Formats: sequence, C-alpha cells, structure tokens
Amino acid sequence: MTVLAAVDAQTLADSVGLGAIYALMAVGIGLVFGVLRLVNFAYGQLIMAGAYTLAFTAHWRVVWSIVACLVVVVVLSLAMERAVFRPLRGASPAVMLVTTFAIAFMLQAVALLVDIRDDTIGEIATSIAPLNQPVTVQGVDIRKITIVAIVVAVVALALLALLLLKTTIGLHMRAAAADFPTARLLGVRANRVIAFAVLLSGVLAATVAVLLTVQFPFVGPDFALRETIVVLVGVVVGGIDRLWTATLGGFAIGFATGVINGALPTEQTVFLPSAVFGLVILVLLLRPAGLFAWGRPAAERV
Amino acid sequence: MRRSLDTSLQLAVPAALVVAVGIGSTLVSRSNEIYFLNALVSVAIVVAIYVFIGNSGVLSFGQISFVAVGAFVAGVMTIPLESKTGVLPELFPILRDHTVGNVASLVLGAAAGGVFALIVGLPLMRLSGLAAGIATFAVLEVTHNILREWTKIGPGATTLSLVPETTDALQATLGALLVVAAAFAYQRSRFGRRLRASREDPAAARGVGVGVHRERLWAFTVSGALAGFAGALLVHLLGSITTEQVYLELTFLTLAMLVIGGLTSLWGAVVGALLVSGLDSFLIEAEQGVTIGFTLDLPQGTRLIFLGAIMALVLIVRPTGLTGGREFRLP
Repeated sequence: MTVLAAVDAQTLADSVGLGAIYALMAVGIGLVFGVLRLVNFAYGQLIMAGAYTLAFTAHWRVVWSIVACLVVVVVLSLAMERAVFRPLRGASPAVMLVTTFAIAFMLQAVALLVDIRDDTIGEIATSIAPLNQPVTVQGVDIRKITIVAIVVAVVALALLALLLLKTTIGLHMRAAAADFPTARLLGVRANRVIAFAVLLSGVLAATVAVLLTVQFPFVGPDFALRETIVVLVGVVVGGIDRLWTATLGGFAIGFATGVINGALPTEQTVFLPSAVFGLVILVLLLRPAGLFAWGRPAAERV
Repeated sequence: MRRSLDTSLQLAVPAALVVAVGIGSTLVSRSNEIYFLNALVSVAIVVAIYVFIGNSGVLSFGQISFVAVGAFVAGVMTIPLESKTGVLPELFPILRDHTVGNVASLVLGAAAGGVFALIVGLPLMRLSGLAAGIATFAVLEVTHNILREWTKIGPGATTLSLVPETTDALQATLGALLVVAAAFAYQRSRFGRRLRASREDPAAARGVGVGVHRERLWAFTVSGALAGFAGALLVHLLGSITTEQVYLELTFLTLAMLVIGGLTSLWGAVVGALLVSGLDSFLIEAEQGVTIGFTLDLPQGTRLIFLGAIMALVLIVRPTGLTGGREFRLP
C-alpha cells in the first residue's frame, strides 16, 4: 500500500473513474468473447462511430444526440456480427482476431474519409462538455464526469448482472458461454444468443462513447483506439474466460494506469507505458490464467 | 524421387518468386521500383514472423519489436560520423563515435534482434495462447516506448535520417532470399520438426521428449534475428525512419499478410506478403488513376477502405489463408 500512499485522493478519484470506463469496455468485449470465442479488436471503432455521431449531432438536444449515438453503434455492431462474425464462427482465434483488425482498419479509413470531406481532421463533440467541470468534495477536485462515469458503470454492471442471472436470455447466454455445443443441444438458439450478446456490447460501446467524448471532445479516426488496446490487454490479464474476471481486469488496468501515472515523478511520466506493460508481463508470468482466476487450474504451462 | 523433388520445390518456388520480383524492380520506372523493393522487405519481415508463429502455433504481436531494434541499430550505426554528433548529440559515446559499413550494419541488426529476442523469450516462452499474445504485445509497447523516449540510444521521437539508402534491388532480393532460405533450413531441421510437432499436439510432443519451452525459445530467437535483419534492410531502404513506422500499423499489416497467405507455411508467408503489398501498391496507384484496359480512378483516401475490406473478405472466404497453410507442391 506504500504506492497508494504516494498518490493523493485526486489521483485516486481519477483512477477509479478511468477504471470504471475501462470496465464497461471490458464487459462489452467479454460478452462477445463469451459466446463467440472472438476477440473483437474493432470494438474501439464502434465507440469511434458513436463519438462521430455525437459530434455531428452536437447541435441537437442532448437526449436525441445520445439516442442517435446508441442507434448508430447498435446497428453497426449488429451489421458487423451478421457480415463478419457469423461467417467466421469456428475459425481459428488468430484468423478471427486478424479479420477484426482488417475491419478496424477499414472503419478507421471510413472515418478519415469523412474527415477529409470537410477538410478538417477530427470533429468536436461539445454538447455535454459542462460535465467536465469539477466539483469540490472535501478539498478534492473531482470532475463531474468522473462521478457520472462511476455511477453509470455501477448501474450498468448491476443491470447486466440482473439480466444474466434472472432472465431466460441471460441464462441462455451463460450456458452458451460455458459450453456452446451442449447449450445448443438443450435448445438454446445460437443466432439469437449471439445477436443479443452483440447488441448488449453495442449498447455498452455507445455508453462508453458518451462518457469518453465528454472527457476528450476532440473526435478523430483513432478515437478510443488506444483505450481499446489497453482494455484488451487488461481483459486477458484479468482472465478472459469469465465475464467478471475480464471486467475486473479492465478496471484494474485503468486503475493501475492512473495510480502509476500519479506515482511516477513528473519527468519520468513519458515512461508510463513501459511501467504499465512491464507490470502486465509480470502478472501474466505469475498468473497466466488470469489475475483474478482463483481456484481454477492454471492454463497450460510449458 | 518425387519426394525429394517436392522438398526442393518447397524452397525453389518461393525463392524464384522473390528473384522474379527483384528482377521486376529493375524493369520498371524509378517511381515504381520502390513498390517492388517494399514488397521484398515485407517478405523478409513476414517470413521472420512466420518462423516463430507459423512453426510454434503461438500468436505473437511482439516480433515487430525486433524489426524496430534491428532498424534503429543499423540506422544509428551507419549515419556518417561527421553528421552524427550534430544530429544525435545525446547518444552514448560508443554509439556516437563509431560507424560501420552497410553489410556490418545488417549483421549488427540481426545480432541485436536475436539477442533481444533471446532475453525476452527466456521468461515469456512459458506462456501459451492469448496470454502469450498479450505478453509479446506488451514487449512491443515497452520497446516502442523506450526507443521513442530514450535519446541516449537513438533519435527519440524525432526522425532518424541521413541513413545511407543501400537497400537496392540486389540487396533487397538477396536479403529476402537469405531470410527465406534460413526459414526453410530451420523448419527442416530437427529443431523445427520438434517445434512443429509441439504445435500439432503439445502433450504428445512432450510425451516423446520434446522440450517445448526450449524449442519455442530457439524459434523465437531465430525469428528475432531474422526480424532484426529485415529491420536493417528496411531502414536502408527508407533512408529515414521514426518509431511509429515500426509499431502498431506494421504489426497488424504484417500479421494480416501472414494470416492471409496461410499461417503455417513458408509458401503462405511469401505469397501473403507479396500479394498484400502488391494490392496495396496497386491501390496507391489507383488513387492517382491507373489504366488496366479501362481507367480506374479511386477517390482519395479510399485505399485503406479497400485494403481492409479485401483482407477481411479473403479471411471470411478462406479462413485457412490462400495457400491453406500448405507448402508449395505441384498440382
């Protein structure tokens, strides 16, 4: 805990806020992985598409702007499922991953084209920027968005847990994630379960798009790319086999990034990626099956 | 008889293809030559990556770190002495006060890549599956971060320029041939065969006495050395380089080349690298307008959309890659 002592409450609050957003992204990636065994690298581009929608509808009323973002992202993720994920079912993990690279490439290029058309790289989404203002709680400046992000993440995760635990479709999804062939034998409809998981992950992507554009209103083709990469790493470090370990992994890497950033001396912060990814390597070597994967046999070790 | 013919064709056909591209580069205009040379360097990089991923079946996103290290070692060590102190004043004296020739820099690049891969691989080769993929990716992140920020070993975030452009048609062809031949020799050796056995069935391979960790480490080191060599070829082709050019985009593109060609064969690596770089070059030209019976003129900025779409389409239609992951054989 000496590391924690070195950082102030300010850093801690920011770290939790970052972790909350990363946790939401981790759930989105983990849901699809659960039913398809597919690591969706193009998840960041879904968020990017949502952010562009927010930017282009910035002059609308905030509610409609957010609704438009939700619609665009969900439609895009369902289209991605139908056109790309479905024909790839059963392909090797490497092939699925590389195909989503290609899709990510393509969507980024589309965004760049949209940008070239009006001669500016990047758009600005400012409609909900006031949330970026800080409030002071016991001498600590906390941006309102940090609080919103934490609340939204907690509510979203609670709703998701209810859905997975208490509804039929949730039961089907959990069954499919545990053992898809057996689940299908018992009457789980594969296409429906997969489409539903993709839909949920799309809703989460739209939520993340809103939360991220408040903090980073400048939207470009590589919006959320960096975050997606870091979350993917966090998901595997946490343990991708289960949704809750994946989520914790996403939160942990966001939180750790924030704390390490606060703990590093100012002139050393340029080496933040080295510190974070060095830690990632260490954790993977010590716990290859996942940091939070307790009570299960370790992954195949050679 | 047929068998030994098949075996020699497995090397001869990819090699002939490389030579054909090399000869092709001398027959086209100066402005098109770069596409051919780029394709040859891509072959070198993709085959280097294949040596590890293809033979071991373990996914690595980190091989471009070795390309980067090779490129920067070779680049920094060939900048003429008289300009080096001016452009890179903060270098360690040993790097600042020495300069080597073209061939020596290629060897240095390979050595740096190999040693780095050996050090990194020693702990990391214990991992498999996604954990291995992510850990090697973390290596790429750390390498990129250090190369970008530490100005005692290189140019940092600025462009490394004034590197002699010595990768001409001959050097690119010979370099690519060397990498292809080394990959072939490795996969036919007992080390390569043991590793391929462990790829098909780790438990069975261990059962007959294959030290999987050790074999993977060998392949990782060989792959790292070849990648460092390919990086040295790359820097001498471009003449100037930044850390961003040997980072994420190159990682994704070269991996896509390998998977599109066919992950598990040398033939697939060569075919994938040549076809994808060929397609990319064609699309670059098509954005300017190109005549192929009719005039094809793509709107500006659509190149990457087409490239991404075609790559995705190939993988959806042929998930095992264009060669199906098999070596070349007569029909």
